[in-house]
Amino acid sequence: MRRLGGAVIGLVALAAVAAPVLAPQAPSAQFADYTNAPPMRIRIVGPDGRWHAPFIHPIRLVDRLERHYVVDRAQRIPLEWFRGGRLVRPAGGEVPLLLLGADSVGRDVFSRLLHGARLSLGVAIAGALGALLIGAILGGLAGYAGGIADESLMRAADFVLVLPAVYVVLALRAVLPLVIEPHDLFWLVSGLLALVGWPYAARGVRAIVAVERHREYAAAARSLGASHLRVLLRHLLPAAGGFLVVQATLLLPSFILAEATLSFIGLGFGEPTPSWGTMLQEVSGSLGLVTGFPWLLSPAVAIAVFVLSVHLVIGPRDSAAALTGLPTRR
Amino acid sequence: MQSKLLRYTFGRLAFAIVFVFLVSSSALLLARLAPGDVTSGLVPAGVSAETIARERARLGLDRPLLEQYVGWVGRAARLDLGESYLYQRPVGELVGERVGNSVVLGATALALATIVGLPLGVVAGARPGRIAAIVRAASVAALSVPPLISALALAFVAARTGWFPVGGLPPPDPAATWVGAASMFVWHLTLPALALALPFAATIEQLQAQAMTTALGEPHILAARARGVPETRLVWRHAWRTAIRPVAAVYGIIIGTLLSGSFAVEVVAAWPGLGRLMYDALVSRDVDLVAGCAAAGAVFLSAGTLVSDLALAALDPRARQEAS
Repeated sequence: MRRLGGAVIGLVALAAVAAPVLAPQAPSAQFADYTNAPPMRIRIVGPDGRWHAPFIHPIRLVDRLERHYVVDRAQRIPLEWFRGGRLVRPAGGEVPLLLLGADSVGRDVFSRLLHGARLSLGVAIAGALGALLIGAILGGLAGYAGGIADESLMRAADFVLVLPAVYVVLALRAVLPLVIEPHDLFWLVSGLLALVGWPYAARGVRAIVAVERHREYAAAARSLGASHLRVLLRHLLPAAGGFLVVQATLLLPSFILAEATLSFIGLGFGEPTPSWGTMLQEVSGSLGLVTGFPWLLSPAVAIAVFVLSVHLVIGPRDSAAALTGLPTRR
Repeated sequence: MQSKLLRYTFGRLAFAIVFVFLVSSSALLLARLAPGDVTSGLVPAGVSAETIARERARLGLDRPLLEQYVGWVGRAARLDLGESYLYQRPVGELVGERVGNSVVLGATALALATIVGLPLGVVAGARPGRIAAIVRAASVAALSVPPLISALALAFVAARTGWFPVGGLPPPDPAATWVGAASMFVWHLTLPALALALPFAATIEQLQAQAMTTALGEPHILAARARGVPETRLVWRHAWRTAIRPVAAVYGIIIGTLLSGSFAVEVVAAWPGLGRLMYDALVSRDVDLVAGCAAAGAVFLSAGTLVSDLALAALDPRARQEAS
């Protein structure tokens, strides 16, 4: 199960990195004749029962009001591989390849999902790294210095931990200008996530450093003339390395979710930039509408699958701890 | 011992008051320092500059920040939370209504999670085997579906089947009987509460299963088993009493996560709770309402933590010792 989880995470990461190549269409390309079109299937057996190279049947709109489409079985459109900088695309370039259907303005959901993974994962990873950095510095400081510094830093950490993270991120984001360039917003959201995530890392690092600094090797390093800073950075913090890796993995799902929540209510990345949250936001206005077009919920499935894989890798014990904010194992 | 518990309670209460004050004033200052204020919306509406200036003067927005803050603290100390510009209603009244809905949602979800998670955890922890494996798989899956996603999924099911309303809470119908109104409320509450309860049920199940396995390995259980105590009684009477403590301790910590999850559910299911109100207040820079919502959230948070800590102290003498 652990391997399976790791494999899925690897696949998602690969999809995110290689999105421009893997996506059959540009994420913002609109196909006016294909609004809310259903997913197409890649076939290899034709209606005549003979085998062909992979192809698709085009779909045609028959009822504009009900957005009802029929598959045109008479026509076959072969797929082109490795052309025009993309892994696969339909020949001719007139019909789009819609593996997960199209959204309400006729954009390819699959392509947007791949590109969305870049933003959603990117923000979460940047946020987790930031949280680890702040957490390692403050936690290391608290554990090494002890005394008042330790006490006040850990009180601050407890204060942040007890606050509901989504509200803090929401409050801080909401008081900034509502419309921000996607590039600036990326760093802004990552920063906000780091700001609510650091205490998780700080508490563990503090506990580890507080124990390790009384070990012989730390005393030896000191007596050899190493400065406090050097002892902390070179000798003590590496002991917390394993903990930090686990912590980073644990922060990822909650950060992905935080970005999705933020975008869902309209304070994250705006149209036409695709992120998993932005894609879900489109659904939010008319939940009743989704019944006819369930493929619009694919970002929700993507989030659930990714979170599940992380939990499989980490193990259920630590994932339960992550939800409650309990200190996790070293 | 009674007085110790009393002193502990008073200490915690004092801390809670400081906490509520800190949270609400930082929310107030944050909203006040943000670019724009409640009158910003009037500019594109074509209202003249003098009218806006007059409106700002009436609301006291033109005075120095410190003066505004001191004024707010003075009024808040007398439990006057000011007036919401957005809704043109007293903040206390508005927040009271909404926080009630949020508390009902959160409490129902927590109760559901306990009713489902606790027994499953005991069973999974006590009897390793096929049932335990199924329960564990289900709980890992449930843990991976955060409230935002589960709310969306349940809304989808509701829309498809028509068994439950997709979202929202209609205003109470004056013609409806007491029973009718209550059942209407429950009917609308079911899906949001289920969506919120899911990951918490999984958390409780996992912690209970762990605690149960540990408890069953203790010497006093071995002794009881040697005396011939039946296995069922062993699990439900002997082991469960020691295994409940780590689970009970988690409730205090869960409250914050519960509030976060409840926000997502409220937004998706259009449940008229605190989360949506706070969002509207923040975006429209309705400063007094922001502070009021933050205060209500902080009260909710400290009350939840306090109740769970007191319950823990009542349950476990060691927690009392640590506290004093």
